Amino acid sequence: MADPMRIRAIAKDGEVDVKVLMAHEMETGQRKDSAGKPIPAHFIQQVTATWQGKVVLSANWGTAIAKNPFLEFHFKGGKKGEKIQVTWTDNKGDKRTDEATIN
Amino acid sequence: MDQTRRNVLKAGGGASLFALLATAGMLRPQAALAADWNHKAFAANNVKDALDALGASNAVNSVDIVMTAPEIAENGAVVPIAAVSKIPGTESISILIAKNPTALAASFDIPSGTEPAVSTRVKLAQSTDVHILVKAQGKYYITTNEVKVTNGGCGG
Repeated sequence: MADPMRIRAIAKDGEVDVKVLMAHEMETGQRKDSAGKPIPAHFIQQVTATWQGKVVLSANWGTAIAKNPFLEFHFKGGKKGEKIQVTWTDNKGDKRTDEATIN
Repeated sequence: MDQTRRNVLKAGGGASLFALLATAGMLRPQAALAADWNHKAFAANNVKDALDALGASNAVNSVDIVMTAPEIAENGAVVPIAAVSKIPGTESISILIAKNPTALAASFDIPSGTEPAVSTRVKLAQSTDVHILVKAQGKYYITTNEVKVTNGGCGG
């Protein structure tokens, strides 16, 4: 099971600023190992962030997102104490959801 | 031929197939707004083909998309990119990297209530043009900036 995401969500002036740091190799499939064999691609393909049952961001990613992906976005509404959830799914079907409280 | 009956049967058939697959757990639960992963767009090895696959080949240049990236990236494996769209009704923001092995890096869907602004970090294989593509009110807009790279970020 992948390492947890670090999520920081801060409410300010009626908006919530969300920063997420995910733990993932984001292997492109371009690299070769020491024996010269290609290392298979292994990367997050979809990300969804939700708040109060509403999707506040969704994304489709390719292999060019850097290892241990960083994501930042802002949405309106959202108050201190409420929760947001972030889910990622990768090309091998692995999935991870983490939740954070808005500060 | 009874078109209405055909249409009803088609619609009914689709709905029950959907229900069957859902019950069988074969449909991955997806948030309502998450678009399907566009294989063709993500496999494209150049910007033109990626735009075609996204249906965005008619994108017009816009000064209302602001991209923030280093002029020179020391480490091509981790290049911070921020994109802000000032175009009203922005629905999605995408990042395309011209000289990467596959040009489309990411697409972000922006629901209403979310600012049309995203930041992330990407890999740049070499110095390249980076394009930000915005879909707003059904139309496509694009901007281009060059990012230089001292150490390329895709190889081993």
